[in-house]
Amino acid sequence: MDIHEYQAKELLAKFGVPVPRGGLAYSPEQAVYRAHELGGARWVVKAQVHSGARGKAGGIKVCSQESEVEAASEGLLGKKLVTIQTGPAGKLVSRLYIEEATDIDKEIYLSFVMDRAAERIVVVSSAAGGMDIEEISHSQPDTIIKVQVDPAVGMQAFQAREVAFGLGADPEIIGKLERVILGCYRAFRDLDASMLEINPLVITKQKTVVALDAKMSFDENALFRRPQIAELRDKSQEDPRETYANDRGLSYVGLDGDIGCIVNGAGLAMATLDMIKLAGGEPANFLDIGGGASPERVTKSFKAVLRDKNVKAILVNVFAGINRCDWVAKGVVDAIKELDIQIPIVVRLAGTNVEEGRKIIDQSGLTMISAETLADAANKAVSAAKKAA
Amino acid sequence: MAIFINENTPILVQGFTGRIGTFHAQEMIDYGTNVVGGVTPGKGGTTHLGRPVFNTMKGAVDETNAEASIVFVPPPFAADAIMEAADAGIKYCVCITDGIPTQDMIRVKRYMRRYKKEGRMVLTGPNCAGTISPGKAMLGIMPGHIYMPGRVGIVGRSGTLGYEAASQLKALGIGVSTSVGIGGDPINGSSFKDVLEHFAQDPETDAVMMIGEIGGPQEAEAGQYIRDHFKKPVVAYIAGLSAPKGRRMGHAGAIVSAFGESASEKVDILSDCGVAIAPTPSEMGATVQKVLSARKAA
Repeated sequence: MDIHEYQAKELLAKFGVPVPRGGLAYSPEQAVYRAHELGGARWVVKAQVHSGARGKAGGIKVCSQESEVEAASEGLLGKKLVTIQTGPAGKLVSRLYIEEATDIDKEIYLSFVMDRAAERIVVVSSAAGGMDIEEISHSQPDTIIKVQVDPAVGMQAFQAREVAFGLGADPEIIGKLERVILGCYRAFRDLDASMLEINPLVITKQKTVVALDAKMSFDENALFRRPQIAELRDKSQEDPRETYANDRGLSYVGLDGDIGCIVNGAGLAMATLDMIKLAGGEPANFLDIGGGASPERVTKSFKAVLRDKNVKAILVNVFAGINRCDWVAKGVVDAIKELDIQIPIVVRLAGTNVEEGRKIIDQSGLTMISAETLADAANKAVSAAKKAA
Repeated sequence: MAIFINENTPILVQGFTGRIGTFHAQEMIDYGTNVVGGVTPGKGGTTHLGRPVFNTMKGAVDETNAEASIVFVPPPFAADAIMEAADAGIKYCVCITDGIPTQDMIRVKRYMRRYKKEGRMVLTGPNCAGTISPGKAMLGIMPGHIYMPGRVGIVGRSGTLGYEAASQLKALGIGVSTSVGIGGDPINGSSFKDVLEHFAQDPETDAVMMIGEIGGPQEAEAGQYIRDHFKKPVVAYIAGLSAPKGRRMGHAGAIVSAFGESASEKVDILSDCGVAIAPTPSEMGATVQKVLSARKAA
């Protein structure tokens, strides 16, 4: 789960990480008020969307007049910001963060991620801040410092110092950097984060250290014990198709094609999308209904898939393990009747009681297409979608 | 032989008396698995499914001499259950639970390093369908009847895609020695390489079907191991060719976040390491058949 920059900064500040003073605004009027409240002569108006690369997309504006703050806010609020990370649809800007401007001397890259190979939290840092990490690892790989944290004892001060000295910081800055790095580590660990990125971490001309940007993501499996994090979810930043499905306990990812997919199991669902692509079609979604495909879950899945108006055909692919194909088939038939579905539906069943399941599909009198294998199902779904287009 | 479990392995069920634990324990017993009891804290001394229930894993192992366990404990308590199994001297543990926090799994893996490698419990999962040695024992939630006993090992992240492979093999008259689910989480008990090391030692396994997916470094690591050390033929299928970068595809670990983690990059790496690639998920069985007949001819 992603959160906004201002939320990440609030969390990090509680762990002793210095951040610039700032305030949230939902309207241009509020933005001007925030700037006035902060005082000073320069402010930064920052669009709060779940994406990096906001600056290049025009989502961050430096202003030196209150009227500029107002104009910048007018220009951003209610619009969709399209960055290289959001895709062409962009993300809605409904909140702005107004911050005091910072006198930047040096920019540092600092992040914490889960290293899946080492099975540890790892700190990644570079003196070449401001650029994204892919760029740094491409153009200046020698500047990257990595330190792994032993989970038995946690991060030690000497490890933070190694990073700080490795960045080539002045001696008077080392202690401050060390505190920031340890604070970030504690935030990551104590809040069950999956990613924390400060880019840039700034050394100011006044020789202070501040997190100018902050990005955090959290382990969704741990949200049950982090209610204060779960609260930070902003549904306006999600694909509405995904919000609907995920709120109903379905694992769904929206894609751009026209073949809706309903599959049991994440691996089989991914494989089904692959088969559709190989057959020359484009999937509209990834959807895993889970191991026990009860009739209610099948109906819920149809509802979720049909919310996507691009869907021209639906492919149901269920490998009945612990449940039975006849039961799943009944669920499919009931769902089609209940929802009065008119678009072509290809059903491929396999596993327990497959013959009985196919019989129910074939004898339902509904416009369903039965498929034997995964390849057969994908081919039939692709040609059905093409005919309907 | 098979790996990890056979018809004699005494097995405990952790989370024995819950709804899910009860259902699958019964299925395992019906399959012929040697389930000797289970653990549910607070219900020790009672009997469930005709087997004794214990309060602690240590108590259960003392009484039953169990060697393997299966975890059906809910996510908040699952990491604790795995560590309890390791501490009680269990040799092989399968964790079915989906939804364990990543940092809990980091703690589990670190905890298990307290034991010397020779005596350390082998964990597979979490978030997997379990392990089956067809015709012998089932330690999982899979439909046992789709697996035919035989000499091909299966190791994969996904449950249902593993079923797909097993049933394709069965349709071609090819049986399975042991099928192992390593699960879809970013941090898991055993990697592909760890399981391949066991298949390498098993005289009853002639070839291995490996089912990977996007995300993480484990397929590439397995590729290097196969190239340098593994003498049996390996067939691989990698799911997620069409998955967009940075999106999580169902499994917590199925996300492309670094170089070498996409399906096409993994296919290239494995194929460079001499692994036969099943080009589509419906050709997993046929590719294994091709590899086996080429081997027979040679």
